[in-house]
Amino acid sequence: MRKLILLALALLPGLAAPAVAQGGGPSPAGPSPEIAKHIVDVASADAAVQEAAAVALGKTGDRKILPLLEALREGSVYVRPRPGGGKETIIVGDKVNEGDRTLVPLFTAYGREPIAGPDGKPLLAELGTLAEVGTGRSLRIAIRPLIDAFSGQNDLVSPDPATRRAAATKMGYTGDASTRARLEEALAKEPDHWVRFALEEGAARIRLRTGDPAERVAAAEILGRLRSANAMEQLGQLAADPQTAAPLAGAARVAIKRIERWALFTQAVEIAFQGLSLSSILLLMALGLAIVFGLMGVINMAHGELMALGAYATFLVQGWFSAYLPARFDYYFLVALPFSFLVSAAAGLALERGVIRFLYGRPLETLLLTWGVSLIIQQGLRLWFGAANVDVTAPRWLSGGIPVMIGVQLPYNRLFIIGLAVLCVGGMYLLLFRSDAGLRIRAVTQNRGMAACLGVRARWVDAGTFALGAGLAGLAGCAITQIGNVGPELGQNYIVDSFMVVVTGGVGKLAGSILAALGIGGLNKIIEPGLGAVFGKVLILALVILFIQRRPSGLFATKGRYAES
Amino acid sequence: MAAVSRRDFLKAAGMVGAGAAAGIGFPAVLRAQGGGTVKVGVLHSLSGTMAISEVSLRDVCMMAFEEINAKGGVMGRKIEPVVVDPASNWDLFAEKAKQLLLQDKVAVVFGCWTSVSRKSVLPVFENNNGLLFYPVQYEGEECSKNVFYTGATPNQQLIPAAEYLMSREGGGYKKFYLLGTDYVFPRTANKILRAFLLAKGIPADSIAEEYTPFNHQDYQTIVGKIKRFSSGGNAAVLSTINGDSNVPFYKEFANQGLRSEQCPIMAFSVAEDELRGMDTSALVGHLAAWNYYQSVDTPQNKKFVQAFKAYAKKANLPGGDKRVTDDPMEAAYFGVHIWKQAAEKAKSFEVDAVRKAVYGQTFLAPGGQIKMDEANHHTYKPVLIGEILKDGQFKVVSRSKGLVKAEPWSQYTSADKGCDWIKHQGTYQKKA
Amino acid sequence: MRSPERWGLLAGALLLVVVLPVLNALPAGAPLRVSDFTLNLFGKFLAYAILALGIDLIWGYTGVLSLGHGVFFGLGAYAMGMHLMLEIGTRSVYGNVLPDFMVWNRVTELPLFWKPFYSIPFTLLAVVVVPATFAFLFGYLTFRSRIRGVYFSIITQALALSVWLLFNRNAMNLGGTNGLSGFKSIFGFTLNSAATQRGLYVATALALCGAYLLCRWITRSPAGRVLIAIRDSETRVLFSGYSPAAFKLFVFVVSAALAGVAGALYVPQVGIITPAKIGVLPSIEMIIWVAVGGRGTLLGPVVGALGVNWLQSVLTTHYPDLWLLVLGGLFVAVVLFVPDGVVGTARKLVGQLRPPRAVEGRSPGRPDEGRRPEEVQTPAEVQHIQAR
Repeated sequence: MRKLILLALALLPGLAAPAVAQGGGPSPAGPSPEIAKHIVDVASADAAVQEAAAVALGKTGDRKILPLLEALREGSVYVRPRPGGGKETIIVGDKVNEGDRTLVPLFTAYGREPIAGPDGKPLLAELGTLAEVGTGRSLRIAIRPLIDAFSGQNDLVSPDPATRRAAATKMGYTGDASTRARLEEALAKEPDHWVRFALEEGAARIRLRTGDPAERVAAAEILGRLRSANAMEQLGQLAADPQTAAPLAGAARVAIKRIERWALFTQAVEIAFQGLSLSSILLLMALGLAIVFGLMGVINMAHGELMALGAYATFLVQGWFSAYLPARFDYYFLVALPFSFLVSAAAGLALERGVIRFLYGRPLETLLLTWGVSLIIQQGLRLWFGAANVDVTAPRWLSGGIPVMIGVQLPYNRLFIIGLAVLCVGGMYLLLFRSDAGLRIRAVTQNRGMAACLGVRARWVDAGTFALGAGLAGLAGCAITQIGNVGPELGQNYIVDSFMVVVTGGVGKLAGSILAALGIGGLNKIIEPGLGAVFGKVLILALVILFIQRRPSGLFATKGRYAES
Repeated sequence: MAAVSRRDFLKAAGMVGAGAAAGIGFPAVLRAQGGGTVKVGVLHSLSGTMAISEVSLRDVCMMAFEEINAKGGVMGRKIEPVVVDPASNWDLFAEKAKQLLLQDKVAVVFGCWTSVSRKSVLPVFENNNGLLFYPVQYEGEECSKNVFYTGATPNQQLIPAAEYLMSREGGGYKKFYLLGTDYVFPRTANKILRAFLLAKGIPADSIAEEYTPFNHQDYQTIVGKIKRFSSGGNAAVLSTINGDSNVPFYKEFANQGLRSEQCPIMAFSVAEDELRGMDTSALVGHLAAWNYYQSVDTPQNKKFVQAFKAYAKKANLPGGDKRVTDDPMEAAYFGVHIWKQAAEKAKSFEVDAVRKAVYGQTFLAPGGQIKMDEANHHTYKPVLIGEILKDGQFKVVSRSKGLVKAEPWSQYTSADKGCDWIKHQGTYQKKA
Repeated sequence: MRSPERWGLLAGALLLVVVLPVLNALPAGAPLRVSDFTLNLFGKFLAYAILALGIDLIWGYTGVLSLGHGVFFGLGAYAMGMHLMLEIGTRSVYGNVLPDFMVWNRVTELPLFWKPFYSIPFTLLAVVVVPATFAFLFGYLTFRSRIRGVYFSIITQALALSVWLLFNRNAMNLGGTNGLSGFKSIFGFTLNSAATQRGLYVATALALCGAYLLCRWITRSPAGRVLIAIRDSETRVLFSGYSPAAFKLFVFVVSAALAGVAGALYVPQVGIITPAKIGVLPSIEMIIWVAVGGRGTLLGPVVGALGVNWLQSVLTTHYPDLWLLVLGGLFVAVVLFVPDGVVGTARKLVGQLRPPRAVEGRSPGRPDEGRRPEEVQTPAEVQHIQAR
């Protein structure tokens, strides 16, 4: 596929990034005299002449004209006195301030290639020495469709499949017969399944609009086969219009039915995935809390802030990567995951050793104390990083999504979080139930005195368990950076939800937490489309409260330290 | 927010004691205006949820005070700012406003961001005849004698943005998804937008309206809805989503495969300062409507941006010289200057005199010349539609011809009402 | 009660109810005059103190930590706010009989549940009855199924979150995030007058005295002793043939009613009520007032509510960045170092300096002994070891 793109690039020299200027001379393929004249006219002070020239330029279809048209829209076209006399239309680049002077790099109007100065370096000119070409609103309006036509073609051969898809869809919406030819041409060469789909759909939509009667019927059938949601409006109009020929109207109605059935199906798939995604986020957040609450009986109200610490740790790692390893930037997240775990675990350890250990067995006191700690961490973060949110850029491999079926695209970041949640649960299971450390933790949980008598260092186990729970919070915080904000108040948004999961699941039960997260997340997404986000959430909370009244110890009765009969 | 140094802390400890003596709980020791200074209040949340936005306004006000003081103050008197923190707590806004007006006897207050905070202090200012400069774009339908609104009204932001999207230049969009956070600004904004769209011949079933709670994080369902809504093409989102929810929304939007070319989002509450904390990759190509951008190319803006960066660095604010300026900051900044000019014109700090002197006052603001209305307490401003760029800045794609007059009462929803403090007493009924 | 303390209390009550308002009524400029602003601020603090008393009753005496008291405060406040809203009538911005927020929310007719609030008696009744009923329903469900300890706390927190979410919705017709504000008058008296505000202050101070006496009566009654016994060991109470659920429910309802009264007095003095006052954060802030002042004492919550809020006023004025650090630090410090709060610790110190005179022959477990529940309660850890 890469070969194909290279081929495409080679075939379309105008698309390649402007080659580094070899010297001051004109570019190898200069404009034709006709184009050169239009380029001069475009800078005319007469709006009518200007517009006519711009349209004429657009009609030539020469791709090297595109930068000029775009520059006209942006207002970065200027006229400079030619060194040898006369005047020349040029494009200027981004401004550079040098003392009081504003300098701009110059580019040729045709092909936007850098103009080199006598010393071979790109030429910088003072803005004041150039005359700006005025562009009125009507000119910009006239240029817009010209650029669209160009950019549509450009995007069709973009190396990024998503861009190609978007271009195909858009051209299908507005295009005419010539666009259709272009789409079909691209279809013949297109390797990517989903881009092919979009191209086919686009071509069919154009045919449905502009083709002869037989073509239109065929197009309606194709669109039905493609389950094209994009064509629904068009098909609906055809089916409803009494003037539509009977065969076409019939075909449209059949197609609509197929599309509608498919839409129901995709919606169900979407809701299932959304529920799963929300559940995995809830689970990630609740896991650390469940361990600390369930195994140690400590209500850690600062859990959310430990998550925030993890998120800020991710932010720091990102900063280091962009400062020291910009080439490997996309891998920062892999480093951030363990790092955020460690940062939060360390904070948790300090918290446990510093204050919480004095309060074991007094859950209400711990609750208040950790709430105080959470306020301090929050304000600390605010003082250190500022009150505003910080920017955590998603690595490229977590941006976008994978189309799995017509009309459904699953975002990578959510897939990643689901995977992470599964991994964490698996890890926890192995740690708690298949390792020595886990055995000790469970021993201390079940009978502290006895465990201590048998030589388990109960205090170390306490500290370790707490740090583990805190570390999991950090991990959750790191994952959250990929879907939400990173700010001092990050933790507040999630704390009650995670408590609900833990309490519903039954304290100290991994399986309970998983089930509770799935239930709450799934239910939420089922309710939300009908009732809206707020009622969905309130209803869930009410259900949880009612549920706990029926089963005060959660889904699974606990065997933890604080089991109340 | 400056990091708390040890000295600050000791000072704080001292002040707690001093506060006990001088402040609350004891008969007020007369604390009259110092001879060489004039007290002004700054009422922006420095903690809590709104700190994200409001801290920058405090910063830019402080910078303006410093500038003015460096040039000799107002009528020879240095500005002495009284900064208080209402902590994003709406009843604390009312209390702090009372304190500024009654206890500190400030000449003017610069403050508030959210509509609710403004509504909460409004009675305080009206009952005690105070003066408030409010720098944020808002929903209109208000006309207070004691407030000057330096931000935009709906007709200076919402309507031009919708007009732009409907124009050929803007893409000729015909279906609109009005999405907002559930509070007064989005509700009123969408009421006006809906009336406008209907008046322009958009059928009611091509307009969708939806609200999410504050701090909503999970936009999967809503983006799914938008996807279906926009599947026929030519649909745009008009977003009044507030602060925190924007990142999850835009990210979800991009990740579910929606792109700005197909379905652009026109945002009314996303400015440079918010973009600072966002991963902008998902936002590139989407639009916003404001009256000022940091990228506005005027000499005075260049100076303003540089001065603010320098100030942020000097004052050791987080972000330092990476700080950006945006629309509400510009409005807060020129608000301070308008007040100074008005006080100098009135040769007094007395509220009524200053108020009358503000009418018709002009100022060369960073974004260009602005003018205070002669009667309605609002501001003539230019309207700019911007496209979000990768670096979190905006490229202006459309600008209004000249300045647009503010309409506190929208002609689309309250055509019968007007706001005038010269010929009428504030809000009045227009004759049919 | 130790008699010097009793005299102190009386003097304090006199100062709050009589002296401050009189000093406020002095002509401007007079020495010792208390400014309107200060009196108004105190009025707000005293309303908080009523709320704190209620929380102390359920937490300090009964050992049940509710993290949802903001809800009951809010219900009382909204009930009063709705009446004040209707009293505005056409003096509003839109000049419509409907409250302003309904106009911009495109509501054309007054919702049914608003109509009774035109009536003053109904409003005054609703202020107490609405939160009390709500507390009864919620408490009945939870206490019956024997949800205790931290579970109860977490559930009440979820309650606060749910109610907060609901009140934030504009579709509820309660003003959404903006809540209710812009009041002009109360029962015909214009709110923007020093005399009305003074009257409201006196009403609040009197209500506080009433609440104090009520709590004192409850805690000293036989039922009060059962409450303390529940705090110290619920199981033991159960085995003694009492039903802890009924007692807890009773106290929970009283405490909610007090919170409602506090809310109703708060609204006209502050001039606004929004959902921000009923969420998770304010609900837990109320707890810290009681903890700082000294739970299990009746004076403690009053001292705590006044002290912490005063501190907030001062700090947010002069050192805004510090306030949250101080608040957080207060939580930590109180829990770790002064679990008895200011009043409890002071009593202990006084007790150490001067051996108590006759303890008036009361039974042990009296709240003003300043004893922490946990000192008496079998630590759960021990309990567990015994059980296994």
